[in-house]
Amino acid sequence: MRRFFMGILTALVLMAGNAAAEGWNDTLAAARGQTVYFNAWGGSTKANAYIQWAAGQVKARHGIELRHVKVTDIAETVSRILAEKTAGRSEGGSVDLLWINGENFAAMKAHGLLYGPFTDRLPGFALVDTVNKPTIVDFTVPVEGMEAPWGMARFVFLHDTAVLPDPPRNIDALLAWAKANPGRFTYPQPPHFLGSTFLKQALHALAADKAALMAPATEGTFAIVTAPLWPWLDALHAVSWRGGRAFPSSGPEQRRLLADGEVDLSMAFSTLEAASAIEEGQLPKTARVYALDGGTIGNANFLAIPYNARARAAALVVIDFLLSPEAQARKQDARHWGSDTVLDLDRLSPDQRALFDAVPKHPAAPAAGSLGPALPEPHPSWMERIEAEWQRRYSRG
Amino acid sequence: MIAALRAARWALAGLPRPSVGLGLFPAVTVVVFLGPILVGLVGTLLPSFGILPALGGTEPTLKPWRDLLAAPGLTASIRLTLITGVAATLMSVALAFGIAAAWHGSRWFAVLRGVLPPLLAVPHAAFAIGFAFLVAPSGWIVRLLSPWATGWTRPPDIALVQDPWGIAYTLALVCKEVPFLVLAIAAALGQTGADGLLRAARSLGYGPVAAWVKVVLPLVYRQVRLPVLAVLAYSLSAVEPALVLAPTLPPPLTPLVLRWFADPDLALRFQAAAGAVLQSGLVGGAILLWLGGERAVALIGRRWACAGGRGGSGWGLRAVTAAGMALAVLAVAGSIAVLALWALARGWRFADPLPAGWTLDTLAAAWPGLAGPALNTLLIGAAAVGVGLVLVAGCLENGRRLPAALAGRALWLVYLPLLVPSVGFLFGIQVVLVAAGLDGRWPALVWAHLLYVLPYMFLALADPWRALDERYERSARALGAGPWRSFLRVRVPLLLRPLATAAAIGFSVSVAQYLPTLFAGSGRVATLTTEAVVLASGADRRVTAVYAFAQALLPLLAFAAAVGVPAWMHRRRRGMRTG
Repeated sequence: MRRFFMGILTALVLMAGNAAAEGWNDTLAAARGQTVYFNAWGGSTKANAYIQWAAGQVKARHGIELRHVKVTDIAETVSRILAEKTAGRSEGGSVDLLWINGENFAAMKAHGLLYGPFTDRLPGFALVDTVNKPTIVDFTVPVEGMEAPWGMARFVFLHDTAVLPDPPRNIDALLAWAKANPGRFTYPQPPHFLGSTFLKQALHALAADKAALMAPATEGTFAIVTAPLWPWLDALHAVSWRGGRAFPSSGPEQRRLLADGEVDLSMAFSTLEAASAIEEGQLPKTARVYALDGGTIGNANFLAIPYNARARAAALVVIDFLLSPEAQARKQDARHWGSDTVLDLDRLSPDQRALFDAVPKHPAAPAAGSLGPALPEPHPSWMERIEAEWQRRYSRG
Repeated sequence: MIAALRAARWALAGLPRPSVGLGLFPAVTVVVFLGPILVGLVGTLLPSFGILPALGGTEPTLKPWRDLLAAPGLTASIRLTLITGVAATLMSVALAFGIAAAWHGSRWFAVLRGVLPPLLAVPHAAFAIGFAFLVAPSGWIVRLLSPWATGWTRPPDIALVQDPWGIAYTLALVCKEVPFLVLAIAAALGQTGADGLLRAARSLGYGPVAAWVKVVLPLVYRQVRLPVLAVLAYSLSAVEPALVLAPTLPPPLTPLVLRWFADPDLALRFQAAAGAVLQSGLVGGAILLWLGGERAVALIGRRWACAGGRGGSGWGLRAVTAAGMALAVLAVAGSIAVLALWALARGWRFADPLPAGWTLDTLAAAWPGLAGPALNTLLIGAAAVGVGLVLVAGCLENGRRLPAALAGRALWLVYLPLLVPSVGFLFGIQVVLVAAGLDGRWPALVWAHLLYVLPYMFLALADPWRALDERYERSARALGAGPWRSFLRVRVPLLLRPLATAAAIGFSVSVAQYLPTLFAGSGRVATLTTEAVVLASGADRRVTAVYAFAQALLPLLAFAAAVGVPAWMHRRRRGMRTG
């Protein structure tokens, strides 16, 4: 019975696909010769090299010039698009494609700064896992086709097994361990997304009413649900690195503190963080990732097109290429990047599947299933309020 | 203003009317460079009162200011900004004048003048990154001393950088600003006839330092007031060193405002605009306070100077300033050295005194990506310096016979970009550039760089330009050479060295620009500095080091050329080799 429905579904998809193919050919034709300015975080040499590789591919296949505009924070780009809107430039904007998620996406969507919906026009989108991976909601905000998933992320802790063989595996144990090892724990300073995610992770464990996190936060629910978080955090800060009076500015900076031996734990948003850092020579070969018992927050990161993009057609073709099994398999390889795929491997043809099977398993990659379930992101309003409250409590100088 | 200047000039000097083209230079310079800053300031001021149509702000409101005042940590941030900024300026001024007072006329002072320009050339971002690794608890100094001297097998939990009081940040600012001030003082010394005054004072029995402070300092200070105020403004609004070295809970005001500008919550832009206006007000207020302080010091100082105290031998000050200067030079040199080590390191664990192994891999991997940004940096810098030389030479040539007081007032205008914090007008300028369709294009980039390049070139060139003996050109004219010929064949060759130095200074200023490049270039034009800052966010010290080192290398080459080219051109002219 189920197979029967799947059959009908496939037929429907294929029929729709034929109609779409015509439109797609037009898109391909329009894209040829266009230049795509791709604004994406440029702090990782490996990710930069991957984008260079993709640029070579889309040049050879589709005649598209892909230029990586490296930014320190994608919010810079949001600011630029906002300046363009302020100046009334609704055509010919300076950005064609951007790497984005979460609050930045929510803000751009709310202010009408995005082009779309477009994902239904991408032939490659059919292979995306929209059921078991959170690829159609972004921090509980429905994507509604306004961005295409590019990579899967899991919140993980990072440690050097030679220094800390048995790291704390739940929120209570973390505080106990920090108390026993004063000065050896810290987290990226909110509103950096990793620090904020750490707070949400702690809140998830400490909150009595976890369901409330999925709805927009109100004055009332925020006070009640986060009540246990703050005393826990006060106790943690008292025994943290620099006495909780200074924090690293980002995940990479905390990884550097780990490498320098200033702290014993770091955190990241990629299950292949340890593998990738070892490949880059940034961490010793004994570095590993792990998740808390009961799972950690998982989400996806996306590709979006600004409302005033100049090379819209070429941006669509680039996104479609980046979703292809070939590009996604390379991205999963820790030697080239190390970022989990958004595709549903069961839907791939044997040839496509072979691309993923050929990716060597890195010794520092976590075993399948060892990270537990991926917890959903709370509604973005929680993050905003937690960040504001955090600033109010700890940013007094 | 310009017309008044011109009229006054003719009236006072009774000189022949200059060619119309030359007379346009000051007007063009002021309009092209200062107009947009004012527009940019308005573009920041309006959102601070709620006007920003793209975000639905059409009604004037005080809400951004109320939000700003309610922002957590604002008071502490303002306090930190003022304390670090004023402390850094006071220390820099004291050390720079102390060195000049204690060492003026000695061989070491001349040596110092040669050593300082390259230090000045090291970009702030590169220096801050190197300095942070030098003094951090897991940094090079601690590694060199551990564990044999300190007993530490892992880094101690001490806030040596990003300390809550901003000490590391303040000291880093001093290290970079003292060279600038010493060079400004040295340039001014040539204008004041200091040597003769000193001889007279010494013959009346004043000790060397007392003579300098009582007789020379009042004259020199008046000449370097603008550079001192530029140092004050910079110390109150620095970005890159603050991001690396200042505390973060809260940070100084500029990083705080930039954080709001970059917040995903777009509604914070209003509060950010108010913060940017506050930052500009803070700098303006500090400048006024400083000028008031000058008056007070002058009042007390005059009485002290007239009291007749002869002062001692000055050995105490010599020792203190020499130690201070040596530390500053060592800090900058050490920061660059440690970057070079990282660029070649295979891995470097705590507490190894040196990397465990050496490799060219990082360099080789970075090489292909370096070429493009390096070329952009070179072209933008060369264009900015080329345009800058023409404008500065035109303005100076036009204003050569202006009364000194009027010329000084005009200089204030050129200095405006250095006195107004960039965060106060850059967002507004971005909107203007976008509206004009100029963002991301080369003219906009060169122009944005010129805002900062021009004042420094003016500073470097103004005094030598005025000091050149008029009789050289007069002789040329008497021999029948036209104005252009006497300018190109007599004045330019005679001023080749200061011209080359000004070009090198302008180039190094251009190389270091981060925010202007980002805002005017739409982020599309990558320079070594933008790449270095982006890669610094990835926290791979080896890669950061390669870029920071490359970023420091270009200005150093420019300074080497500034020394080498005139020397080569003048190789057959003995009289041009010194002085």
